[in-house]
Amino acid sequence: MLFDKFRDMADFQAELAARDIAPFGAVTEELLSATEGIVDGRRVILAGTNNYLGLSWDPRCIEAAREAAQRWGTGTTGSRLANGSFAGHQALEREIAQFYGVDHAIVFTTGYAATSGMVSTLAGPGDAILLDADSHASIYAGVNLSGADIIRFKHNNPEDLARRLRRLGDRASQALIIAEGIYSMYGDIAPLQEIAAVKREYGGYLFLDEAHSMGTLGATGRGAAQAAGVEDDIDFFAGTFSKSLGAIGGFCVSRHPEMEAIRYCIRPYIFTASSSPSIIASTREALRIVAAEPQLREKLWDNARRLHQGLGDLGLPVSPAPGPVVAVELEDRSATIDCWKALMEAGIYVNLVVPPASPSTNYLLRNSVSAAHSSEQIDAIINAYASLVERGLAAAAA
Amino acid sequence: MTDYREYLDFLYTALAPLNKKAIELSEDTALVADIGLSSLEVMEFIEKIEDHFDITIPLNILPDVNTVGELASKIQELNP
Repeated sequence: MLFDKFRDMADFQAELAARDIAPFGAVTEELLSATEGIVDGRRVILAGTNNYLGLSWDPRCIEAAREAAQRWGTGTTGSRLANGSFAGHQALEREIAQFYGVDHAIVFTTGYAATSGMVSTLAGPGDAILLDADSHASIYAGVNLSGADIIRFKHNNPEDLARRLRRLGDRASQALIIAEGIYSMYGDIAPLQEIAAVKREYGGYLFLDEAHSMGTLGATGRGAAQAAGVEDDIDFFAGTFSKSLGAIGGFCVSRHPEMEAIRYCIRPYIFTASSSPSIIASTREALRIVAAEPQLREKLWDNARRLHQGLGDLGLPVSPAPGPVVAVELEDRSATIDCWKALMEAGIYVNLVVPPASPSTNYLLRNSVSAAHSSEQIDAIINAYASLVERGLAAAAA
Repeated sequence: MTDYREYLDFLYTALAPLNKKAIELSEDTALVADIGLSSLEVMEFIEKIEDHFDITIPLNILPDVNTVGELASKIQELNP
């Protein structure tokens, strides 16, 4: 039957409904700030937004969006290849290329389109792709469309990457290697110096998704490669506007001049309407702020360290190192759902992550930190978790 | 050079810890429908085979592979 494959999901949704929660459909009814809102009728601290620098709520970005909507209208109503390339789109491409110190940039309507579109286009039948096992769903979707041979290497394991490149023999020098700066679920950072060294030894092209690391890592916010000092080894940087830049959209930048031909071969670029002028305008302003205000990153990392330390001190199984994403990993599904519900009742919204979105068979309470969180809000998050531990909820699950 | 039988024997051994329902394994046993492997377990299983034989098995083969026997044949076809 056509619908049989959805039965497990329907059962899971029914189970959540019976518990009177909707972790995958929580409705934000009102926003009070970048870090507070009314969600499902409850005033909560937002600790699951990816709004790492709080720029979705920055008055300068909001004003840029308002001005652009007034001047350019609400949408472009067309693809970049038709009527959808406005002056703002081209300006953003120039600015983001300049931000990365390269000559070529492509702006996409979503981050998903950027990563899936690039990897599905770059590699084709006869090529080989080596991707980190914990790659984002958009990367898996893209490589599956590419027609290239898909080979996974163990997560954050440069030796395993080297082993798999060696097996490719002569094909290794033309392989597309895919990694991420910060992985979205656990928040762990890729060992890019070692991965870059493997690439130098075997050849290939390195594609780095900086979705969670752009704006949060590096001296000027360019991401994990900048922080690791290996930007020259990266062939393609991809990223998103929906996290540190507080809007929606995606990008890919590269030093390779072939980007200007590749642009016209990417189906999610060709057959999607371009971003609204207001989104482009707020993103341009946010990009300027990321470069000009390193204190936002400092505040983000202060908050990340405070949360990571606080949750670790409670004995919770947290991500190995502090970062913009601090995940608590639990084994029991039912107990993790109970924890999520208890956190909501305590006024804390976090992300509930279940397989296959989590990179293992475990369940995650995924906290994302923002520069806009106050120290008091971080402490309130820690206190809510402390209450879980006291009530035996988290301990029962760990 | 590894033959079909050798691949098959290794698959039986490597599947044992994943065979939680303890069904009897044969060439016709379906990896997902019978053993109940998740997509994650299938991908990790492929990595294990690659590392054991020091070969490359692209994940693209998976849509064409349902049973243990089909997997052994496919591996042999890719690594004659």
